Amino acid sequence: MWGAADMIPTRDEWHNALKARHGAELQRRLDRAAVAVCGLGGLGSNIAVALTRAGVGRLILIDFDRVDITNLHRQQYKITQLGKYKTEALSENLNEIAPYTARETHTVRIDESNAAELLKGADIICEAFDNAECKAMLTNLVLEKLPDKYLVAASGMAGLGSPNAIRTRRITDRFYLSGDGVSDVADDIGLVAPRVMLCAAHQAQTVIRIIAGQFN
Amino acid sequence: MVKINGNEVNAAGITLTDYLAGAGYDEKRVAVELNGDIVPKARYKETILNDGDSVEVVSFVGGG
Repeated sequence: MWGAADMIPTRDEWHNALKARHGAELQRRLDRAAVAVCGLGGLGSNIAVALTRAGVGRLILIDFDRVDITNLHRQQYKITQLGKYKTEALSENLNEIAPYTARETHTVRIDESNAAELLKGADIICEAFDNAECKAMLTNLVLEKLPDKYLVAASGMAGLGSPNAIRTRRITDRFYLSGDGVSDVADDIGLVAPRVMLCAAHQAQTVIRIIAGQFN
Repeated sequence: MVKINGNEVNAAGITLTDYLAGAGYDEKRVAVELNGDIVPKARYKETILNDGDSVEVVSFVGGG
């Protein structure tokens, strides 16, 4: 058993543990997959942790912002990381979970001028922004300009509503949408960790199902 | 009739821009699927809804 921090398993040992869980075929698909996470807040940081644990081979992590004290109630950062760029802080945390996952980070604001270039290496893109107009911008951009990629977006996960209202729908062949569709952060008490994590988990699981070839 | 977000709506003959405005949608927050494909934003004004079309308007809310 591995017990001490200085006894980190080798890449092969780590990979064999994943294969033992997932089977060789699914793990081969996960190894080859490249997933972009756009926004590293409540959705994106939790998506990235889930995909890293699941053994997705390559993550492209994009966010311009720094870790703030108001993020800690729902995002995968630590109090010791306040003020750091989220790309840097999340990389540190993911590296402690799975040091052998390939990661690319971009500390920039995604907009219509740079999105295609930032996302070109991804097979699947997670929209994980906070702002509704940014969500719509990225969704339209990916579906119009990057038609060979899959998009997993989210809308509606604020407040104290039932966890059972969070669901994932396939809108087009390449566009999946998670959330309850209506719970706006502006209307309620804001975001509560488990419900945001639940929506992030929907997105991450949808990503893995797409990688596995399960599209419906 | 046009099927919009699962409901039969009397919207045949009008443009997507006019439908969205009339139904109270904020165009900056939506993505629109028409018969399985995404409608590019630049084409909302020239896209006329037809009898039998199936439309899904995804209207994003904030939070993440």
